[in-house]
Amino acid sequence: MMPEKVLGKRINSPSELEALEQSIVAKRDPDKPCVVLCAGTGCRAAGAEEVVDAFREEIKQQGLGDKVEVKSTGCHGFCERGPLVVLRPKKIFYQQITKEDIPEIVSESLVNDNIVERLLYADPATGEKIVYEDDVPFYKKQTRILLGANGEIDPTEIDDYIAIGGYSTLAKALFQMSPEEIIEEVKQSGLRGRGGAGFPTYRKWESCRHARGAIKYVICNADEGDPGAYQDRSLLEGNPHSVLEGMIIGAYAIGSHEGYIYVRNEYPLAVRHIGIAIEQAIEYGLLGENILGSGFDFGVSINRGGGAFVCGESTALMASLEGKIGEPRAKYIHTVEKGLWDRPSNLNNVKTWASVPLIINKGAKWYSQMGTEGTKGTMIFSLVGKVNNTGLIEVPMGTTLREIIYDIGGGIPGGKKFKAVQTGGPSGGCIPEELLHLPVDFDELTKAGSMMGSGGMIVMDEDTCMVDIARYFLTFLEEESCGKCVPCREGIKRMGQILTGITQGKGKEGDIEILEDLAGVLRDGSLCTLGTTAANPILTTIRHFRDEYEAHIKEKRCPAAVCQELIQYSIIEEKCPGCGLCVKACPTQAITLVAKKQPVILDQSKCIKCGACYDVCKLGAVAKR
Amino acid sequence: MVTLTIDGREIGAREGETILEAANRIGIYIPTLCYHEAISPYGACRLCTVEVNQRGRVRLVASCLFPVEQGLEVKTDSESVRKLRKGLMELLLASCPDSERIQSLAREMGVAETRFALEENKCILCGLCVRVCQEIAEKSIISFVGRGTKRKVATPFFIPSEECIKCQACAYICPTGAIRFEEGKLVLPT
Repeated sequence: MMPEKVLGKRINSPSELEALEQSIVAKRDPDKPCVVLCAGTGCRAAGAEEVVDAFREEIKQQGLGDKVEVKSTGCHGFCERGPLVVLRPKKIFYQQITKEDIPEIVSESLVNDNIVERLLYADPATGEKIVYEDDVPFYKKQTRILLGANGEIDPTEIDDYIAIGGYSTLAKALFQMSPEEIIEEVKQSGLRGRGGAGFPTYRKWESCRHARGAIKYVICNADEGDPGAYQDRSLLEGNPHSVLEGMIIGAYAIGSHEGYIYVRNEYPLAVRHIGIAIEQAIEYGLLGENILGSGFDFGVSINRGGGAFVCGESTALMASLEGKIGEPRAKYIHTVEKGLWDRPSNLNNVKTWASVPLIINKGAKWYSQMGTEGTKGTMIFSLVGKVNNTGLIEVPMGTTLREIIYDIGGGIPGGKKFKAVQTGGPSGGCIPEELLHLPVDFDELTKAGSMMGSGGMIVMDEDTCMVDIARYFLTFLEEESCGKCVPCREGIKRMGQILTGITQGKGKEGDIEILEDLAGVLRDGSLCTLGTTAANPILTTIRHFRDEYEAHIKEKRCPAAVCQELIQYSIIEEKCPGCGLCVKACPTQAITLVAKKQPVILDQSKCIKCGACYDVCKLGAVAKR
Repeated sequence: MVTLTIDGREIGAREGETILEAANRIGIYIPTLCYHEAISPYGACRLCTVEVNQRGRVRLVASCLFPVEQGLEVKTDSESVRKLRKGLMELLLASCPDSERIQSLAREMGVAETRFALEENKCILCGLCVRVCQEIAEKSIISFVGRGTKRKVATPFFIPSEECIKCQACAYICPTGAIRFEEGKLVLPT
């Protein structure tokens, strides 16, 4: 879809921008009913596109075409309950809607002023039905300074962004602030890079500004590749102009006129939305030559990454941008001095760039009031795994893991027990229940042997085998290591072999020590952080769940009953009525029906441990251990 | 000019020089595998890792890439350096147990055997052949393909290259004899 209402005219000064903002706002009636539909990736997967079309059609049919607006937006965050719809201005919140619900929503809530009770969210703790979006516990405990606008704007409409004050910060930066003042403001805010390392943003900017070279680059790292993480994707999809505005302000502060957005090609919606945003910003004179009449020039190109995880590493990303193999190089000379094409280059994560307009607009003091001593502001996490409310959340730094998992995440589904949470992507660590009081920030997570990373958070319950989890992440990293340096390529491979052996009952006394030795070689010897941090999942699971490793190695037993080679299925005779469901489900005819009301018989020699009988039995008559 | 100390010896070095170059110049031995003075350093084997104290910050770095700087203190044979090199050689020995070069380096590091299952590789993916073909022969006939454990040295699509000038520099520089010429034809490492 092409932008609908592009002005077709450059904005030549801050006052023209202000006039445009006022004219857009004046044309909009804040009390006009608006159907806001989440069309982020999660809701799309649940059928949101169909819902958007059906809404438009139904509204037309019921004769509300000019009385009700329909807005398709980026991700609202509560993906577990998608597709989501919010009826503005009251912000009535309906969840898990389908095409079939739409006529009722339109006639009940738009034609009349009633609530469709059955589509409301019910608080699982109290059973209470919640009418308004702001009252949903999932949202109530968040501070959505970065994500909040996702629910207000159509990301393909620059006017929507301008209507909420978008690009006014750019005008302020270009006309009222010197580059040094901007860097100082970022310094005072305490902003640290959101890509994972947590390096103070102002220091990078300052070094790049002072680095020698006429041509400098700013780069947006949108090569998000952690399994289960989609926060950068959702920002680019839902509010691409905020990222662009941050980049332009940063470029002005650094003295750069050329920028790149390196985004995974597997994120087609993000690629499309940022592309549309760039086109619209150019058309309005907010990008390109003589931005807003200030004399400052800046252009941005999009580069689509091929999906290699290692290209999220800054030097590998730059090599890939140069058209070379995406492998890292040593950073003894920093990329702010010699980066892309050996020129000074400043790379920041999507969330970092999107934070910049907020900081410059509302001030460092406002920003630094949020967070902890060492880590200011908010962080977006993708809260996934065995947690009731999966989705994207944004909380002030310093929020405890318990608050995130229980108050916002709604706890563990199915009455199961919490076991661990893995933060920071595949190279992060697994944090056990004893440490759930940890306030989340860069330093605390590192102390716990894990890391912030780019904001992945995977919750695991008691049915998770921690050895198997470590093996899973190592296998991922083995696939994704570029293979350049010996410790990473050979070390991860060997760790993976040992872990696989342990999960198959081939573990030996001394394996834990070999794993620890290898972890040291990786940490001390690897070329980039993929390698230096790769052992984190192993080290933290050994530290906190050593008994599970020992059960696998010494007793050839998987306490969580996950590792196929170490478990056995059996029939609990007193519970089995001989219904035969498992007999039909078994792919190897290992189960035989004796007679009606007689327990079935499972032949262990034929059993391939697929678990089909266990899954199909509603009576709990199949035991797994 | 900058002044730094390597293993307690104070030396002068020109700016831009690496620790390895400075050490070699004064006869201090640092083991290497993916380094050759005629081509650009790469930092893949990590054997040349040394311990540096940089204004109080102590860390392990690859000496083939780390530029000298004023006041830098370098230890080429500290305990943590030796431990890392041993770990690296144990991994390499398991990967290429038949290579004489690897065997002799392992002996040098005090690694008699490896705890890992032996493989039968010849190529250690040091990239010397790739760089010599690019920088000296200026042909770039071969490059790395694939990623991680699937990484290989190959010609494009594994098709014999007509551009190859048969200078044999790749075979000459290869430390393990993995890439070679047979009857005048390039044989890629398997």
